[in-house]
Amino acid sequence: MAVKKFMYVNRKAPYGTVYALESLEVVLIAAAFEQEVTLAFLDDGVYQIVRNQNPKLLGMKNFSSTYKALGDYDIKQLYVERESLIERGLTEDDLMDITYEDEGDDWAEKSSLTIVSRAEMAALMAAQDVMFSF
Amino acid sequence: MALEIGGKNIATDEEGYLENLTDWTPEIASAMALAEEQPVTLTDEHWEIINFLREYYEEYQIAPAVRVLTKAVGKRLGADKGTSKYLYSLFPYGPGKQACKYAGLPKPTGCV
Amino acid sequence: MSMLHIVNKSPFERNALASCLSHASKGDAVLLIEDAVLGAVAGSQVAHLLLSALATQAIYVLSEDLAARGMEPNRLVKGLQVVDYSGFVDLTVQHDKNQSWL
Repeated sequence: MAVKKFMYVNRKAPYGTVYALESLEVVLIAAAFEQEVTLAFLDDGVYQIVRNQNPKLLGMKNFSSTYKALGDYDIKQLYVERESLIERGLTEDDLMDITYEDEGDDWAEKSSLTIVSRAEMAALMAAQDVMFSF
Repeated sequence: MALEIGGKNIATDEEGYLENLTDWTPEIASAMALAEEQPVTLTDEHWEIINFLREYYEEYQIAPAVRVLTKAVGKRLGADKGTSKYLYSLFPYGPGKQACKYAGLPKPTGCV
Repeated sequence: MSMLHIVNKSPFERNALASCLSHASKGDAVLLIEDAVLGAVAGSQVAHLLLSALATQAIYVLSEDLAARGMEPNRLVKGLQVVDYSGFVDLTVQHDKNQSWL
């Protein structure tokens, strides 16, 4: 089977609804299919990857730690929309460090996050084969 | 379902995974292994993997898929151990399922 | 390669429509279903978004969802096209991929 470009589009904040957690679980399961996977974070989806989340106070699992395991699953392309951050009073510094180890570069640790403009995000979407919306 | 250990009942799901991760003790792991159809006595090699899984879960809040576990064990514990052959020799019911169960973790995501 | 974007939330409650329109590419199609059809009414606060998007995208509205909500097709922003369920199916066939805006 030819490799296809899969994009998971995340537009919801975590905890208030189950979208974010469901998306993450689907991503982890589908990682076994070895397709080219991209995650997009826009609108309230950017809240999924902010630092210092502590949902234990709500009796919920802190699944934000799990985004840091994505590199182990060969998911290294996480795109975050700049306008969505700005609209919410956030900057890149509010985001967690999410990294992967580059096999082709002596396992150097590199950031998986790329901040893109809204126009760049639109172009990324247009370039996909399959979209999963959450 | 429940496991009885040292006179205490520990809640498990129908497949034998702990209901509450915080219930876990090394004794529970040993008891689970001995309760298998073909009882297993846990060795240092088993514990190395069980402890690794517990640390992975603590850090990332997930039980890793077998493929991920194999790669990570190879990096952490040496290439000779980072093979599915080695892991299956320790956990013949499947390193994901069996080792995670002993480690008190949920079944790995995507593991059927 | 073109995408069918499907929006199903009222634009007065969520930003799904606005976000969709700002990410759709030239030649894509947008289909409004369920509560999203409410934004298609002429004179609504989001009508200008639809009007400017019409320059680069075709925008469709599902007739069954309009009817259910008591909206006649003649109330819609000019340039929007009304489709029924079988038209919905045709749209999914005409575009090689689709994306939902929830």
